[in-house]
Amino acid sequence: MLSIWLNVVVQGVLTGLLYGLMALGLSAIFGVVRLVNFAHGEFAVVAMYAAFVLFRAWGVDPLWSMLPIAAVFFVVGFALQRTLINAFVGRPDYQQFILLVGVAIVLVNGLLIVFGPDAQPANLPYAFDSYLVGPLIIDKVRVYAAVAALAVCAALFGFFRFTRTGTAIRACADNLVGAAVVGLDVRRLYAVTFGIGLACVGAAGALMVTIADPVPGLGPAYTLLAFTIVIIGGLGSMAGALVAGLLIGVSEAVAGFLIAPSMKSMFSFALLIAVLVLRPQGLLGKKPA
Amino acid sequence: MRLETRVRPSRRQVLGGAVAAGAMLAAPAVVRAQAKALKVAVLLPRSGLLAAAGQACHRGAVVSPKVLADFGYAVELINVDFESNVDVARTQTERAIAEGANCVVGAFESGATLAIAQVCEQRQVPLVINIGSVPQLTEQGYKYLVRNFQTNPQLVSGGLRLVKDLMAATSVPFKNAVFVHANDTFGTAQRAAMDRLFPAAQMPFPLLESIAYDPKAQDLAVEVTKIRALAPELVLVTTRSSDAIKLVRDMVRQRFEPKAIVSPGSPGLYDEEFYQALGPLADFHLYNLPWANPKAQMTQALAAAFKTAHPTNRFEVDCFNAGFTFEGIMVAADAFKRAGSTDGKALMEAVKATNIAEHVMTGGPIQFDEKGQNNNIQAAVVQNRNRTPTVVLPPEIAVSAPVLPMPSWQGRS
Repeated sequence: MLSIWLNVVVQGVLTGLLYGLMALGLSAIFGVVRLVNFAHGEFAVVAMYAAFVLFRAWGVDPLWSMLPIAAVFFVVGFALQRTLINAFVGRPDYQQFILLVGVAIVLVNGLLIVFGPDAQPANLPYAFDSYLVGPLIIDKVRVYAAVAALAVCAALFGFFRFTRTGTAIRACADNLVGAAVVGLDVRRLYAVTFGIGLACVGAAGALMVTIADPVPGLGPAYTLLAFTIVIIGGLGSMAGALVAGLLIGVSEAVAGFLIAPSMKSMFSFALLIAVLVLRPQGLLGKKPA
Repeated sequence: MRLETRVRPSRRQVLGGAVAAGAMLAAPAVVRAQAKALKVAVLLPRSGLLAAAGQACHRGAVVSPKVLADFGYAVELINVDFESNVDVARTQTERAIAEGANCVVGAFESGATLAIAQVCEQRQVPLVINIGSVPQLTEQGYKYLVRNFQTNPQLVSGGLRLVKDLMAATSVPFKNAVFVHANDTFGTAQRAAMDRLFPAAQMPFPLLESIAYDPKAQDLAVEVTKIRALAPELVLVTTRSSDAIKLVRDMVRQRFEPKAIVSPGSPGLYDEEFYQALGPLADFHLYNLPWANPKAQMTQALAAAFKTAHPTNRFEVDCFNAGFTFEGIMVAADAFKRAGSTDGKALMEAVKATNIAEHVMTGGPIQFDEKGQNNNIQAAVVQNRNRTPTVVLPPEIAVSAPVLPMPSWQGRS
């Protein structure tokens, strides 16, 4: 029985890492631009389809295709922020909300037109393989996806910690006026941040193809999941997003096994409510001054 | 001096105009009553979560007017997609009736069918259920509804009886079983039926646990881990195709190999989507369901028309959904032929008096009891062989012998 429990926890950790990566982009964008990307899940689904097409047409494994997809998503995010979203920064929240919901609807319907409503299984050659580690049976796809998610997270943390652009973005997040006063190009940094946020979503979406089949209607569920993780972790805290992703992954798996699998998501939301009541700023979020 | 420019109508002209206006207003009713073909709205989930099955039903509907014409029936179809959404089903039914539908056929999913039934009852338009099994559909006293499909208790009791037949035919016993079901309308109704009927069925093995899952879940890894912990020899499932794929995929990943995976009356294991996603891993799963009778003349006619109209789809795979949808339309057309009218009340009386001996699906003649339920439908045991649904029991209509226990996941090519 202990081995079964270990299996459940390991599954939760591996899924949670992917959840964390999925939410990281949303957290990065909110932390700097102060804008909630309500089209987040839809962008993830677009990335899933991109990875699916690259695999089906040219046999490019999603673990590799996530790199060009992330690059393209960075460019798209940068351009989108400069051309469309920038005009809405600082406007009332409901205007930003409507804009991004509009973008989400366009994306979903575009996918429906191109791919139709059915799930599109990628059928990766290792999709059914698993590792036998002592008493543990661990899905190969989950291990690959989790390792790739960790690598992306490490690269992102490294970028924000050790590069000049990353430091400048953090400066904008900490003190926007101060950043502008010292001569930082805030608008460009916003666009870079939005690009990085979408690149994260692109990478996460490409990795999701390894464990789930893309369907156009998946977007809202992913947005809700990312939003829940970001609130639990603390809005704007990237480390918080990763920790909350792990927490949700493990709690869903354990609760699903212990109580009822159909009630998995109920525990995510129970966790969300508990955090909102007991620690409104999130687990690793900063308390508002 | 005042100039009179207005023309004052005479009493005769007013009376004449009134008669003409009355005739114009009454014309649709007269035309409706004297229509040569019945307008049938076929409501199906052709997009969204249930799209695969909805599309299969639609393919059966599309060929129905031509096949029915050869048998002397006249129908016109209004094909409607309700997007796997109950609210859309309700509004689209209203719209179809407003556009002149005399009868409604649908809707594959029980939740949506309940919503449609309410609209049809209010508008006094007959509803013929093609597929939809929750008992309350025929238990709520609807007067404008009949169901040419089995109820959840009928599906489950027939499915369990056939599991016994399967064990007898293969001499393979099961020590225990687990029931896994989606927590949607259909799945929970199947669970209720299973809870009630399993003890009564006196099965020679215990049911260890019933496990509900969310059909919209990303994967079913936790569910499979839970099943694996119970180590059942038989896994009874109530699924749709998308979650059946996830279930088998996670069973393979976790190297869990029961003796058999059997659906006692649910879809999912025989959809093209299932075969394409799983390849050889889709083989040897069993489902106990009413199926198209290959020996019936009408089945052969439907299969031929289907192959011509849909050369890229296989009738063998679609025959469950396509067959029941065809039969639903046929029930409406047959009633219209006998009633000679599209008036809702007259048409419904004719629908209730249906007695069709020659039809597509397995079982006796299509007849409805006082609640509108056809109790003559019989299930068969069907097994996936080379990604094709193959009838393996009962022997009189079987085309192959059942394979039990199913071969290991490993080594399937």
